[in-house]
Amino acid sequence: MRGVWKGIHMGTFLLRRLFSSLISVFGATIVVFTLIQMHNDPRELFVPDTGYGITQAQWDNLGTKLGFDRPVVVQYLVWIGRAVRGDFGVSLAQQRPVTTIIKGKIGATIQLAVGGWIFAVLLGVPTGVIAAVYRGGIWDYVARGAAIIGIGAPAFVTGLILIIIFSTKLNWLPAGTRGLEFDVRDYILPCVALGWPAAAGLMRLTRSSMLEVLDSEFVKLARAKGVPWRTVVFKHALRNAIIAPLTSMLLLFSGWLNGALVIETVFSWPGIGFEALFTAVNDNDFPLLLGTVFIFILIFLVFAFIADLLYTIVDPRVRLSGFKGTA
Amino acid sequence: MATATTDIPLPGTRRQTSGVLGKASYVWWFFRRYPVFPIFILSVLVIASVIGPYVAPYPRDIGWLGDRHLPPFTTSPHVEEARENGINTGFHLLGTDHIGRDTFTRILHGARISMMVVAVSLGIGFTVGTTLGIVSGYFGGWIDEIITRAVDIWFALPFLLVALIMTLIFGRGLNILMIVLALISWTAFVRILRSQALILREMDYVAASRIAGAGSIRIMLKHILPGLLNTAIVVATLNVGGLILAEATLSFVGAGIQPPTPAWGVMVASGRDYLQDAWWQIVMPGSSIFLVVISLNFLGDWLRDRLDPRLRQVD
Repeated sequence: MRGVWKGIHMGTFLLRRLFSSLISVFGATIVVFTLIQMHNDPRELFVPDTGYGITQAQWDNLGTKLGFDRPVVVQYLVWIGRAVRGDFGVSLAQQRPVTTIIKGKIGATIQLAVGGWIFAVLLGVPTGVIAAVYRGGIWDYVARGAAIIGIGAPAFVTGLILIIIFSTKLNWLPAGTRGLEFDVRDYILPCVALGWPAAAGLMRLTRSSMLEVLDSEFVKLARAKGVPWRTVVFKHALRNAIIAPLTSMLLLFSGWLNGALVIETVFSWPGIGFEALFTAVNDNDFPLLLGTVFIFILIFLVFAFIADLLYTIVDPRVRLSGFKGTA
Repeated sequence: MATATTDIPLPGTRRQTSGVLGKASYVWWFFRRYPVFPIFILSVLVIASVIGPYVAPYPRDIGWLGDRHLPPFTTSPHVEEARENGINTGFHLLGTDHIGRDTFTRILHGARISMMVVAVSLGIGFTVGTTLGIVSGYFGGWIDEIITRAVDIWFALPFLLVALIMTLIFGRGLNILMIVLALISWTAFVRILRSQALILREMDYVAASRIAGAGSIRIMLKHILPGLLNTAIVVATLNVGGLILAEATLSFVGAGIQPPTPAWGVMVASGRDYLQDAWWQIVMPGSSIFLVVISLNFLGDWLRDRLDPRLRQVD
């Protein structure tokens, strides 16, 4: 009987989460839509700077074509209706479908994000474990020092300093832009710059939860029973301490977007943040802008939802406290 | 093999101090117990932002072009020549930039701008966020639902993007930047203070004052606000570092403060074009940002442990 209730409770919790995620998607797109409406008319993009303007008839025609003659609410509903089906309209400045543009650019961003993620996880979790096991030792200080840099230095400064050291001074790695052929060396600097702050966060999280577990009764018991230290660390402690870093790893992706935009600017990376978003904002290309925002928010919420899901499965305590997994 | 044992002295304990080693260990203990270093850095920042522009050795926006890209700790070779043209130059502690302006002077001015932006935006964020947090937690019901929903929506928006769109609509500049940063900062206050207010409103003294005839506004101001002021201060301190980073990032991307005004982010952005010749143009303002953010983080952690240890779980 209890099991059934537990299942229902879990179901309603997830349903509520899903519902509030959907509200967030709508709310966020409404915010952006309203903001864009407050800006000057996107039709001005079509008016040449020099020479002849366009006639009133052409202006009105353009308005009808883009749907400006209808009320804003209707415009929004039409847009969201199409967006749900994967149609974001046609970019004003480039005259190509927004979906095509995003598809063309998002690959580079995903590569960057995944690379940074791998760096963050590979660096953050092991150093966290080492720092906890050798607490107060030299490696603890080294790891915490590296974490301090990750937390305090803005990603663009880290990125530029990496370029100064490894590209201009030592001349080991390229300073940016991905070549046509795959080359691991192109990825190292951007991924390190993007992943460093995240690695720092992961390291601190792993370290503190490892310390907590190492201090617990069952670890002491295992030690007292004569279980080898190595087994205690990896089998007893790490398995219990990994929960918090695990969910945090997933959430990394959702927080990645701001970082990716900056890193793409620093390294002239041909991704969605720099190429699509930056130009879209500057051109006031509202279909492209809305499309990118929609995709960004969707990614954010999907990962936040997965992290919540994982959290409720792994750690049932959070279900009662109504934890919001979007830290 | 080392196990998880603590070597940090418990609060209130005093080390036996004798001899040179004892003194050194006491100093070490003191440094670990109190945030000496962060407070020092932040005092320097505050002092620099107040008197910096008056003690700065050289003009902010004018430099002698012959001095371009002088490395740190050099004296200009063109002092006489520049003086004839009415420009003051000489020893440059942190070098000069691409048009010969003194980096140290510009960092001092930048400190003032950072402080101003952060103070104003945090002030707005603090006031709005605390008010909404208290109101949301105290009244509950549909008011609470609306406010938390708004926070959730706001949280899902990539802030850099919103900032870019906003600067596009309202123009670039100091005021807009402050508003954008205030819009970023308020959510943290609502999230954390709401849950505190939820606890406080169930307290007996709140019930007692309601029986005594106090109105909602009076209860919120006199009984709930003082109870969560500590938390609000901790949240604010932990927030400032993020705001400084956000300000620098926005200025770097071009959506924040515009050159020639020397915000630190702007200085890094303009140094980006001269990576090969002048590393100090990026390293100097960059490390200023780093030092301030790190100090604020340490101070925030310390304050949190002091004032509100429960928040440790939140972060």
